[in-house]
Amino acid sequence: MSFWFWHGLRKGIQSTRYPGRAENTPGISPGRPMNTDFSSAEEARLAAEICPSDAIVAHGKSTYVDHGKCVNCQLCLHSLPSPMNWEPGFEWTRLPANRTESFPLPSAFAKSTHIMVVDAGDCGACLHEVKQLNNPLYNMHRLGFFLTATPRTADLLLVVGPVSENMRGPLLKTWEAMPTSRKVMAVGSCAISGGVFGRSFMCACGVGSVLPVDFEVPGDPPPPLAILHGLLVVAGRKSLKSLEPVSEGRS
Amino acid sequence: MAAHSSPIAGDNTAGLIDLTAAVEERFGSEISRAPVGGGFVLTLALSQPDVLPALCKFLFWEHGCLFGGITTEEHAARWQMHYTFLLLGSGWIDLELSLPLETIVLPSIVAEVHAADWHEREIEDLFGIHFENHPRLGDFVLHDQIWHEGIDPMRKNFSASHPQLERKVDLDWQPLLVVGDPGSFAMPVGPIYEGGVGESLHFLLETVGEDVIRAAPRLFYNYRAVEKIAEGRTVGDALLLSERFAATSAFAHSLAFCLAAERIAAVDVPPRAAALRVLLAELERLRHHAGAIAAICESTALAVPASQAAIIEENLLRASCVFADHRYLFGLNTPGGLNRDFGSEQCNTLLVAVDEAESDLRILEKRLRLSSSFLDRLEDVGVVTGENARDLNLVGPIGRASAQHCDLRKACSYSGYGQLPFDVPCETEGDGYARLRVLFAEATQSAKLIHRVAGRLEEGLVRVSCELHRAGAALGWAEAPRGAALHWLRVDKTGVVERYRAITPSFNNWLGFHVAAENFAFQDFPIILATFGLSATECDR
Ligand code: SF4
Repeated sequence: MSFWFWHGLRKGIQSTRYPGRAENTPGISPGRPMNTDFSSAEEARLAAEICPSDAIVAHGKSTYVDHGKCVNCQLCLHSLPSPMNWEPGFEWTRLPANRTESFPLPSAFAKSTHIMVVDAGDCGACLHEVKQLNNPLYNMHRLGFFLTATPRTADLLLVVGPVSENMRGPLLKTWEAMPTSRKVMAVGSCAISGGVFGRSFMCACGVGSVLPVDFEVPGDPPPPLAILHGLLVVAGRKSLKSLEPVSEGRS
Repeated sequence: MAAHSSPIAGDNTAGLIDLTAAVEERFGSEISRAPVGGGFVLTLALSQPDVLPALCKFLFWEHGCLFGGITTEEHAARWQMHYTFLLLGSGWIDLELSLPLETIVLPSIVAEVHAADWHEREIEDLFGIHFENHPRLGDFVLHDQIWHEGIDPMRKNFSASHPQLERKVDLDWQPLLVVGDPGSFAMPVGPIYEGGVGESLHFLLETVGEDVIRAAPRLFYNYRAVEKIAEGRTVGDALLLSERFAATSAFAHSLAFCLAAERIAAVDVPPRAAALRVLLAELERLRHHAGAIAAICESTALAVPASQAAIIEENLLRASCVFADHRYLFGLNTPGGLNRDFGSEQCNTLLVAVDEAESDLRILEKRLRLSSSFLDRLEDVGVVTGENARDLNLVGPIGRASAQHCDLRKACSYSGYGQLPFDVPCETEGDGYARLRVLFAEATQSAKLIHRVAGRLEEGLVRVSCELHRAGAALGWAEAPRGAALHWLRVDKTGVVERYRAITPSFNNWLGFHVAAENFAFQDFPIILATFGLSATECDR
C-alpha cells in the first residue's frame, strides 16, 4: 500500500495560498449582490420586489442589500431586465447589527484556535462548506485552526442553521460549557436571520436570538474561504475590511 | 469491480392492466376507481379503512409494488390519506381514503408493510391520528422532553408562526430502550458528536462492552417543519424551501417540486430545459457520490484517498459554480423550466471538469481495490440482506447494493430519462464494500449521461410560463443522489400552497439503518454510518 504515499507526494501541494496571497480560482465563490444605483427609481423598486427574502431595500434610485437575509437565489441577477451589481470575492465577515466594535480572541489564541461546530438545523450546505476547510485545498490546520469535539477546550463556537427548537437546548448547553473567553460566530444566512425557515414555531430567527453573537459570515452558503476569513477575523489576524455601514438595508 | 446492471424494462403497461384486474377481483366491493391524474397511473378510492392492511399487503408483497409513502392532508374539512405505491415500469398507484375529521384512529399497516413504520409515527406525532396495533408511537419528530403531548402542528388550526416558548424541558425524560439484554447498558452519542463536523443526530448504542448489540438512531433535531411553513406561501417561495431543506441534494428536490407544480398547471417544459435538468441532476449526483466516497475513505482513516476524493468533490463544487453560478446549484429550477440558459462554451468547460473528476475517481477506485486493509474494513461490515432491503423498502445506492433494482429514472421516467441510455448498477452482497462499488459505478454513469446530454442539446427555450390558476394536487418525483424523492403538492386557485409533502430517501433509509448496525465492534460504527451516507437534515425536513 506504499503507493498511497507516492500518490500523495506526486500530487504536490495543492493548498490555497490565501491569506498570504489573493485567491481567485474560478468557482471558489458564487459572489453576492451589492448595493446598486439604478438609473430610475422603478428599476430599484423592481429589484426590491423580486427579492423573496426582503434582502433588498430600495430608496429612490438606490438599493441596499442586507446580506444577512440574502439567500443567494440570484433572481436579482438573472431575472431582472437591469440586474443588481454582483461582487466577486469572499471577505464578507461582519459584525452583528447590535455591535459596533470588533473584539477578537485574546492574542494568545491567535495561532492556535479551537473550534466547536454545532449544527442547529442547518440544511447541510454551510456545514458542508465548513467541512471543506479540512480538505487539502483549504487545509485550515496550516493556519492553526482545529476542530474540537469538546466545548471545554473550544475557543470559538461556530453555529450553522437557524436554531431549530429541538437543537436549542443542546446549543445552549454547549455554549454554557465553554470557557468564558469564548467567541460565537454565526455562519450562513439562516444562522444570521433565520433565512427561509425562521421565524416559526420550530425555528428561531438565527443564533442571535438565542445567544450573544460576536461575528457573522453571510452567504447561503458562504463558500469555504468566506468562513476561513471569518476564522482569521475571530483570531485577530485579519481586520474587518470596513465595518459594513449600517445602511437602510439593515432593519 | 464492475457492477451488473438492472433488468427492469422500460414499459410495463401489461403489468398495470393485470394488477388493476386482480385488485378489482379481490377487493371489488370496497374500492372504486377514481379518475387518474396528478402523476398517478391508478387511483383507488377506498370506502372504509379496514381494508387497508390487506390491500397494502396485496400490492407490496403479492404484486411486488414498492412503497412510496403516506401523505396525510386536512382538506375540505376531511382527512385525505394517500397511500402511495410504485409499480415498476408503470407508475404510481394512489390508495385514497377520505374520512371525517372525527376519525382519529386508523388501522396500522406496519405489520404488513414494515416500511410504513416511520410514516405512521410521523403522522401520529404531527396530526394526532392514532394507528391501531402500531408497536411504538410517541416521541418521534417532536421530542418528548420539550414538547408535551397534544400538540399537533400539522393541523390546519395550528399557527406555524406562533412561537411555543412556554415549553419546559422535562429533566426526568428517559429514552425508551427497546432491548435490555442482561448485562448491557446504553451509551448515548449525540446530538452533537464527531470530533469534526457532523449533523445533529443522536444514537443509543446498546452494548455489553466490546461489541454493540444494536444502534438506535434518534432524529429530527433539525426538524424545521418545512411542510408546515410551506403552507400559505406562494409556489415560488415554497420552491426556496424545497431547495434549501437538504442542500446536498438541492437540485433533485427542487426538480421533483417543480415537476409537481408543472403537473398541476399541465405544462410541459421545453426539451432543452428537460435535457439541461438531467445534466444538472447528474452533476449533482456525481458530486454527491465523490463526497460520499471521501467520507467512506475518511471513516477508515485512509488519509490520502480521503483527501484525493475530497479534492475531486471540491473541484466539482467549483465546476458547478463556474457553470451555474452556485456551488450547490441553487436558484436554477423554476416551475416551467430553468431560470437561465447555458451556452455551448460553458458546457464544454463543464465537460472538461467532469472528465477530469471521472478519471480521477477511476484511478482512486483501482487503487482502493488493491488496498487490502481498507477492503477488510468494508467487507461484511454493515450487511443488509436483499430480504431486509425489500422488507424495509430501501432505496437509492443502499438499496441497489442489496439487490433492489429500483431507480426512478428507469422505473418511472421523468424529465426525459426514458430516452437516455444508461445503466443502473446493482450489487447483491449488501455490505459496505458493495455500497462503495455502487457509488463508483453510478458516478461513471452520471459522467456518461452528462456527456451524452451536452452533446445533443436541442436549441430552444429553457422556460415556459407556468401560471398556477387552478386548484389542484400532483406528485412529482426524482431519483435524488441518495434515492427516491417524492414531493406532493396541493395549491389553491391563487397559486398558494395548501399542502406540501416531501418524502425523502434519507427518511426512508434511516428506518433500515438498525439492520446494518447490529452486533458490530465499536470501531466499525463510523464505517457503517459512512457507507450508508445518509443525511439527517434530509430526513428531518
Ligand atoms: S440573490 Fe439575495 S438579494 Fe438577490 S433576490 Fe435573491 S435573496 Fe434577494
